[in-house]
Amino acid sequence: MALDALSKPSAESGSLATSLATIGIIVRRELRDTMRDWRIVSPIVILTLLFPWLMNWTAQLAMNFVRQRQADIIGERMVPFLLMIVGFFPISFSLIIALETFVGEKERRSIEPLLATPVTDLELYLGKMIAATVLPLMGSLVGISIYLGGLYWSVGYLPPLELFILIFVLNIAGAVVMVAGAVVVSSQTTSVRAANLLASFIIIPMALLIQGESMIMFWGHYRILWAIVLALLVVGVILVRMGVKTFNREAILGREIDELDLRRTGRLLIQSFVRPPLGMAALGQARGSAPAGVRRLIGWLGRVYRRDLPYVLRSNWMPLAAVILALVAALAIGWAYVARYPLPQGSITLENLSPESFDTLSGASFLPSLTTRGIFWHNLWVLALAGLLAAISLGVLAVLWLMIPIGLVGFMAGQMAWLGYSPLTFLAAFVLPHGLFEIPAAAIATAFALRLGASVTAPRPGLTVGEGMVVALADLAKVFIFLVVPLLLIAAFVEANLTPQIVLWAYGQ
Amino acid sequence: MPAGSSVIRDPLQGMPALTGRSGSESKNLSWLTAVDGVTLEVPTGQILALLGPNGAGKTTTVRMLAAILRPTDGWARVAGLDTVRQPRQVRQAVGLLTEFPGLYLRMRADEYLDFFGQLQGLAHDQIRRRTEVLMERFGLIAQRRQRLAEYSKGMRQKLALIRAMLHDPPLLLLDEPTSAMDPHSAKLVHDAILNLRAERRTILLCTHNLSEAELLADRIAIIRLGQIVALDTPQHLKSALLGPPLLELRLAHPPDGAVREALSAQHDIQVEAWGDTWFRYRTPSPATANPALVARLAGMGAQVVTLSELPRSLEEVYLRIVGDSHGP
Repeated sequence: MALDALSKPSAESGSLATSLATIGIIVRRELRDTMRDWRIVSPIVILTLLFPWLMNWTAQLAMNFVRQRQADIIGERMVPFLLMIVGFFPISFSLIIALETFVGEKERRSIEPLLATPVTDLELYLGKMIAATVLPLMGSLVGISIYLGGLYWSVGYLPPLELFILIFVLNIAGAVVMVAGAVVVSSQTTSVRAANLLASFIIIPMALLIQGESMIMFWGHYRILWAIVLALLVVGVILVRMGVKTFNREAILGREIDELDLRRTGRLLIQSFVRPPLGMAALGQARGSAPAGVRRLIGWLGRVYRRDLPYVLRSNWMPLAAVILALVAALAIGWAYVARYPLPQGSITLENLSPESFDTLSGASFLPSLTTRGIFWHNLWVLALAGLLAAISLGVLAVLWLMIPIGLVGFMAGQMAWLGYSPLTFLAAFVLPHGLFEIPAAAIATAFALRLGASVTAPRPGLTVGEGMVVALADLAKVFIFLVVPLLLIAAFVEANLTPQIVLWAYGQ
Repeated sequence: MPAGSSVIRDPLQGMPALTGRSGSESKNLSWLTAVDGVTLEVPTGQILALLGPNGAGKTTTVRMLAAILRPTDGWARVAGLDTVRQPRQVRQAVGLLTEFPGLYLRMRADEYLDFFGQLQGLAHDQIRRRTEVLMERFGLIAQRRQRLAEYSKGMRQKLALIRAMLHDPPLLLLDEPTSAMDPHSAKLVHDAILNLRAERRTILLCTHNLSEAELLADRIAIIRLGQIVALDTPQHLKSALLGPPLLELRLAHPPDGAVREALSAQHDIQVEAWGDTWFRYRTPSPATANPALVARLAGMGAQVVTLSELPRSLEEVYLRIVGDSHGP
């Protein structure tokens, strides 16, 4: 974008002590301001002080009811559920406070004087975030204490220590995720109204998560709950990073409306696709123009293959490395699962393979037909779906999507070893011939899909989140059309025509 | 202060802007050049007034100089500091009065100033001292414990100015400092600005109030479509754009034909209008032409009552530069 924000803390950061002091100043002011707003304070007080008593009364009734029917365990398992509710309600207010942080200040025009002080983006962001979290979290913890105190006093029940810690940590992690998400929303919207509308995308998943957690708690699967805590913390960290990376002073000060301009987006997509990738021109390499006529089209294709593709592959080494690591991990996990789910000895006899075996496989409804066209379209569809999954999951699902087949390859190689065959021969015969083309194609497509998804969390400097996604999509399209598709075609041809021959040669009669 | 040159381009580096400039700059900055080729230099202790129509790029320029926004290209130095490489230090060296006061209305005035003083790294006793001095100067000392929601528009504007001056910065960027003030308050602010200049503070003043600019500024910069189109002292701008000053000479009695003939014969003056007992003229060399004219009239028995330069407003200069070419 034209005016990018001074959003690199490194360029302006002071000492850690100064930063902490600055964060403290911001937090104190925000808290003081919040405490003066009766619309926020009164519901928190009611939910903190009165609601736990109501829940306590409900818990007593429920426990007495189930005790009369000798089902004490049901009553005991209900207590954590009510505990979660007591803890969650005050926390939900953190969302309202957090949604207001930046966009509220923007609406009141008080954000610019704040941005004009020697405060870094990170200090401002963390100060606002902590301030939004502290008060509701305190309310939540006080509410939990009142509820548990009341329960102990009335029916003499105290939850096990692990459960108590778990609920405590789940509440904190939930608050962090909600606040982190809401602050991202607040810094990316132009009005409190728009921020409130977008808040549904935070509150609905969180409400569903609370229900899920309650069910897990009812069945006492605490290990799963610890995993949820971990996942929530990871999501929280990603959201905070995303918030800091996408924090854009220019957008906050300058953007007046949230506009969906499809024509402009389309234009940016086409230009990003047609022109050399961002950054390449800046490095003094060739700059291109839109192709016109066959000769120019050929020249343009030449530039794409000679310069654009090598450049985008080099500049995206990080997602590529991440995908390769994930694939190696998938292979190892698949192999490791053999110990858990070994096939019975003799269940697979490769010596009996014949050309008819491949015809049988081709007829299986869950597999593509073993023709060049069938395999090609299947792989194309699968990788296109990876791009879609990446866009809605910060890139994570695209990687998991690719890990499944690679995990299966590892699993089958492990089974071969278990059944007494050489796993290397298996891989060389069944996977390597077409895998030489198919695996790089899949890895490259997945890496660019990952980058597309991750561009939301950290757009290129100078670009908005939307522009970053469009540019990443253009790179993905270029790589997909000019590199992945040709590789998939070659792979499909090899898999349909050469791989069966090699397998038969290696194992067949 | 420092010189500054700021160029802002579209997001695709190395590529031309995808669309031209249209609409307001805040509508969508991704696709237009808000400020392009602005070169300013304001020596220490001077006041530069930045004038221009709405959307010309004044606020964008001020935000870049205050290190709130980073130019896509170009550079700016404020008090010897680079706004891109040393934004934190720049923000410490600059006092910014924003276009809107933007106060936290639930806070009390002294709390508010304490908050901003702390963010500027001042100690509490420093903040207290500065708060007292400045609130006294702007007539707000009696309202220091009042909530800001109870402040009038003008009081809020004054408090915002105090916020900008609190850390005693060497450079002040003032965006419409008296826009919401009554004449008395505006006079207070004008005096404060002139005092600051006397204390060798440098001031960049963005205003639509041309008489204010004329009163305060050592030099005037006019910005249009993101570019500086005029930059000079008010006097030089007037001379350059409106021609030599218009002089009015008043006589005790209506001039006779001989006086009129004598004036026509004097080649270094050009009479533009006649009245009963007065006439107006221009001369490219007033230092020689005026004494000669007065001596000649005296020799002819015409009694000169006054000879004075007619005031010309900056508004004429501004409209000449901006008004005629102001697009739809």
